[in-house]
Amino acid sequence: MQEILLILLNGLVYGLLLFMLSSGLTLIVGMMGVLNFAHASFYMLGAYFAYTVSVGIGFWPALVIAPLLVGVLGVAVERYGLRAVHHHGKLAELLFTVGLAFVIGEVVPLVWGRTAVPYRVPAALDVPAFALGGIQYQAYRLFMMAVSVAIFAGLYAALARTRLGLVIRAALTHPEMVAMLGHNVPRVFTLVFGAGCALAGLAGVIGGNVFTTTPGMAESLGPIVFAVVIMGGLGSIPGALIASLVIGFIQTASVTLDAPLGTVLGRIGLPLDPHGALGQLTIAHAAPAVPYLLLVLMLALNPRGLMGARAD
Amino acid sequence: MNFTKAVVLGTVAAGALFAGKAMTARADEVVRIAYIDPMSGPFASTGRLGEQHFRFAIDRVNAAHAAGNRTFELVVMDNEVSPEKSLTMFRKAVDDGIHYITQGNGSSVAFALSDATAKNNRRDPDHAVLYLNYAAVDPALTNEKCNWWHFRFDADSDMKMKALADYIVASPNIHKVYVFNQDYSFGQSVEKAAIAMIGGKRPDLQIVGTERVPLGKVTDFTPYIAKMRAAGADAVVTGAWGTDLTLLVKAAADTGFPATFFTYYLGARETVQAVGMAGKGDAQISEWHENVDAPEIDRMAAEFKAKYNENFYYWRVVDMIDTLAAAMKKVDSSDPLKVGKALAGMKFQTPLGAEEIRADNHQLLQPMYVSILAPDMPHMFPGVPLGFKTIKRFDAEETRLPTTCAMKAPG
Repeated sequence: MQEILLILLNGLVYGLLLFMLSSGLTLIVGMMGVLNFAHASFYMLGAYFAYTVSVGIGFWPALVIAPLLVGVLGVAVERYGLRAVHHHGKLAELLFTVGLAFVIGEVVPLVWGRTAVPYRVPAALDVPAFALGGIQYQAYRLFMMAVSVAIFAGLYAALARTRLGLVIRAALTHPEMVAMLGHNVPRVFTLVFGAGCALAGLAGVIGGNVFTTTPGMAESLGPIVFAVVIMGGLGSIPGALIASLVIGFIQTASVTLDAPLGTVLGRIGLPLDPHGALGQLTIAHAAPAVPYLLLVLMLALNPRGLMGARAD
Repeated sequence: MNFTKAVVLGTVAAGALFAGKAMTARADEVVRIAYIDPMSGPFASTGRLGEQHFRFAIDRVNAAHAAGNRTFELVVMDNEVSPEKSLTMFRKAVDDGIHYITQGNGSSVAFALSDATAKNNRRDPDHAVLYLNYAAVDPALTNEKCNWWHFRFDADSDMKMKALADYIVASPNIHKVYVFNQDYSFGQSVEKAAIAMIGGKRPDLQIVGTERVPLGKVTDFTPYIAKMRAAGADAVVTGAWGTDLTLLVKAAADTGFPATFFTYYLGARETVQAVGMAGKGDAQISEWHENVDAPEIDRMAAEFKAKYNENFYYWRVVDMIDTLAAAMKKVDSSDPLKVGKALAGMKFQTPLGAEEIRADNHQLLQPMYVSILAPDMPHMFPGVPLGFKTIKRFDAEETRLPTTCAMKAPG
């Protein structure tokens, strides 16, 4: 019983973190149709900005300043970069963001060095909040979860309940009509891109000190963020939340299962030699591959994702 | 290249080519050492740190005339940690008349270079090359794939495990060991060695779990810590390095998991800085650390820091270059065959104690230290008030392991 509770809790913590990382991307992909490969790079920039700001004036100001800086950078990238290549089609936009990811990946080590920077969790939150089954949960983890839930609530409310959200959603499907009605559609897109980048930056501020701030951090988180966004369905905030939690739970649960794959598959009627190389592999071994397996399954069975609005 | 430089280089190259045949001590002999390691790409910072240590070690030897009437010169060659590139560089070194190469990063590169050295020396004994390995730790290099022309100055991963295992077996408070590694050749061999050297060595000591994770893919290690906790582990043995090690140790500290982590690579400055106070009490195995009581090396470390503004890390590079110089002085020659014969079986004293190069597989035996990160040490890491504290020292002889090496001295 306690074991199941532990898995649920660890899965929840990890799932909410994934959501925080992917919410900005699902916004950009869903609302603008731009497959932003540089998203994880903005996450990295958020962490580095937060480190620099927190060294100067502390973590709490950094929590506000760093995402704003990343957001402003995002606005500039959209206004002076993406918009220029927009006319050349989706492929050009995609390649532009790939190039941007490389540029950020090269500039960061030039500015901050190739090794990890000592960006730390604020002392006030670096204390155990509660314990379950001998595993302590840091107050900072609870803070992370709270921020993630707040992002979900804020985004969902903004898109579904406000006038601005209405315009954004309308601009997605009927851009000409929205423009006719007197709204500045390009500016809406700039705003969405900036907000998406700011969210990535916020995730960087909050994740950078727990998961170390290094030039490799964008690369290591990039793929999983895409898995979440595609599984959840492009542009769906609730979809991204569900996908994050599902991945979080399944991955955490599989880490704890030491049963060999052959035995498990044999039980559900799939023949796999339990003594062969693949059959000997334990489920725990395969755990890190689970999100990508789910991604491929989802694309094969339902390309729109869990709650996707667009399939292009 | 201007004309004078070309002439000088040409003369040196010709001199070195000639040197292979008939060696007479000349007042101005320059012995070049090709340093084949990454100078670009993701591991460039590691390669550069190594280069600085080599320059430092060579400057010392030259200033003290430790190699007799010879001076050492470092020739830096970038291999981008690629075995293919390394072979190209090896060929270039041979063509340039260089007789000594050194390398450390990546056992796959080491296998390629060891192989190339053996082949080259068999075909063309006049241009023989001696390979000095300062950091590639795959045990096979001094066992089934050993080669007379290869000398290793770093303890191999099995020797390091033996020291860790001896410590763990002798610690009555440790009963349940968990073995955690990255899933590639090195991690697998660490796991194998840990199981062989710890499992069943004391009635109340057992291995309660093993785990391998893909290199650099896991973000949240909490579930793995939960698993270790559920298994009741009070010690974790790991060959993990870099971000994986950092996240693992941090996850353990964040969740209040009290087990001691016994590591190979906690000592890297960047790892300690990323881990921070979470690393307190965790252990590493090394041939030296800043708080070992050896004033002579302390002075060296201070000098190095003043010169390069980096922490002194590779004591073994200094050890290796000193030993090479001593061997050359002893045989009064820079002929690799003579020097190799002098190195094999050589016994000598360093500030850390007695050392020996095994004649049977050319592995250096050196004292090893198990140390933990502790507060209030004389030397601590910048930004992290922790330093390594020795909890157990092993004499060189205690690290000796049986070898399967069957090699024959040439000539």
